[in-house]
Amino acid sequence: MTATTTSGTERADTTAPAAGPPAKGRRGTTFTLTTGLAVALFVLALVSAGLGTYHISPGDVLASVQHRIGLGGAPLDRVGESVLWNIRLPRVVLALLVGGSLGCAGALMQGVFGNPLAEPGVIGISAGAAVGAVASIALGLSFFGNWTVTFCAFVAGLGTVLLVYVLSRSGGKTEVVTLILTGIAVNAFAGALIGLAIFFADNAQITQITFWQLGSLAQATWPKVLAVLPCALLGLLVAPFYARKLDLLALGERPARHLGVDVEKMRMALVLVVALLTAAAVAVAGIITFVGLLVPHLLRMANGPGHRFLVPGSALGGAIVLLAGDLAARTVANPAELPLGVLTALFGSPFFFWLLRRTRRKQGGWA
Amino acid sequence: MSAWKSLFSSGRSRTLPAPLPPGAAAIEVSGLHVRLGGREVLAGIDLTARAGEVLALVGPNGAGKSTLLAAVAADLAATEGTVRIDGRPVGEWTAPELAVRRSVLPQSAALSFPFPVEDVVRMGRAPWAGTPQEDEDDLAVAGAMAATEVTAFGPRPFSALSGGERARVALARVLAQRAPVLLLDEPTAALDLRHQELVLRICRERAAAGDAVVVVLHDLGLAAAYADRAAVLHGGRIAACGPPAEVFGEELLSRVYRQPVEVLPHPHTGTPLVIPRRTALTTI
Repeated sequence: MTATTTSGTERADTTAPAAGPPAKGRRGTTFTLTTGLAVALFVLALVSAGLGTYHISPGDVLASVQHRIGLGGAPLDRVGESVLWNIRLPRVVLALLVGGSLGCAGALMQGVFGNPLAEPGVIGISAGAAVGAVASIALGLSFFGNWTVTFCAFVAGLGTVLLVYVLSRSGGKTEVVTLILTGIAVNAFAGALIGLAIFFADNAQITQITFWQLGSLAQATWPKVLAVLPCALLGLLVAPFYARKLDLLALGERPARHLGVDVEKMRMALVLVVALLTAAAVAVAGIITFVGLLVPHLLRMANGPGHRFLVPGSALGGAIVLLAGDLAARTVANPAELPLGVLTALFGSPFFFWLLRRTRRKQGGWA
Repeated sequence: MSAWKSLFSSGRSRTLPAPLPPGAAAIEVSGLHVRLGGREVLAGIDLTARAGEVLALVGPNGAGKSTLLAAVAADLAATEGTVRIDGRPVGEWTAPELAVRRSVLPQSAALSFPFPVEDVVRMGRAPWAGTPQEDEDDLAVAGAMAATEVTAFGPRPFSALSGGERARVALARVLAQRAPVLLLDEPTAALDLRHQELVLRICRERAAAGDAVVVVLHDLGLAAAYADRAAVLHGGRIAACGPPAEVFGEELLSRVYRQPVEVLPHPHTGTPLVIPRRTALTTI
């Protein structure tokens, strides 16, 4: 029940004081991992803001940021200042928000579904949100100004989560096969709707949609950051409050209820949070798959399945992965730019395949 | 921070249960009907479980034992009739309020993620978060793990345990919850001889400490030896309810189980022993 990662570790420290050496070791790991992730994120953000065709050293980046927030430092020259503040930093911030949202959404979904293969991309939530976003572009909607695309993505995403949830559950649990097959169906249907929207769009809109669909942060601007900030921030702030309850939900729905969890209420809240986070990511960056799958899994392997670390940790990890991915996307083939969604899928798909094999082996077949 | 905390934790405003005097009704079931998939699984159950006693629910497969337990646990809604825990219908308690009043051991223990055993047992303390009893967490967890002999598994992942070991960890979680009403659905099903006896001894200890223990059992010998009262369920009704020595009659059990049985007093203790009548095996 904590708002931030740091107080999350404090909490773990106070609740288990006399737990013996193994738990103590794990608390140490939690602290090390959290600190490590935060430091890595900070360094990566600094490097990412400086790297590119116009090179800025990390020291200069820091100085410029310090200057702007009024803590001393010094501004860069006119071009440098413009590159940093109008191109690089919005992109870095957007990568942080999108990655954090995707990682966190993945951890939450796996907890809610009680299934380690749940992820917004795999089971079609991203595609659903994308339908909303594409439709709003193709129809030229602008009723909420800057927030229109995000809002449409949220509504469509919410509908899709609910749909997948209802379709893939029976008897209080979600079987892997049902979930994946539901994902295939939802992805196919969403793909068809996106195709229809493109069919009715004019040329300018088609270009916009295609760029957006590949999953790229190349068009990052401050207004775009502002467009997804409320969604992402709300989702990221609310999610950690459900960490303890998600732990209990791992026992199953009835046992969780026996331990005082209002399962229905929690499920609705988390479905909303997942829709918020997915919409935030999809609205600006298109469909970026596998981040929400890969990050929580790696963290679970490193530090066990406790959600008090996993939920905020996955947000941190997701931000790192996306920041690194975006850095690679725009520097590897410089001056050309690889689509970010393509890059994450390139690395994510084999991982997903390995995960499928492992799950299948554990269960002794799909039956 | 404290206002922030109280906004998000349900622990502050709950009324905590006062301990019941021995013999007071902890669970009252009256006129309970439960219909599942068009079939009347429970057809008019009246039953009371008292603080300080072990009540065994016995009966053949499909007699409605687990359904009765689920209805008492508020997992299933009554079609007709009422179930009261601590004097109030179960449907009127909120989930957090119920969680400090009764604990439930389900028939099978599942876990979606490989939590270590100690974490699983600690989950039983979740209902007390934000209450003064939170200070007892470590004691309750350690005590429950020692009682069920799972202390040695502490750091191992739950998924790496055998069926019987998992069942004992699940029981430890339920004991750690320290609720005044325990509902145990076949706690001995996966256990070896030693641990079957251990579990029933724990039930007796909890009853002696003033808790009401309701336990579904298949082994009539265990029920006879450890329960204060036994309720024999048959076709969704209670065929008989009372001290095992009075209830476990040859005629009744033979009819209910559709299997001729003999009931003999134990030569030393006098508790009833229930033995199926078997034709002597002949060797050719």
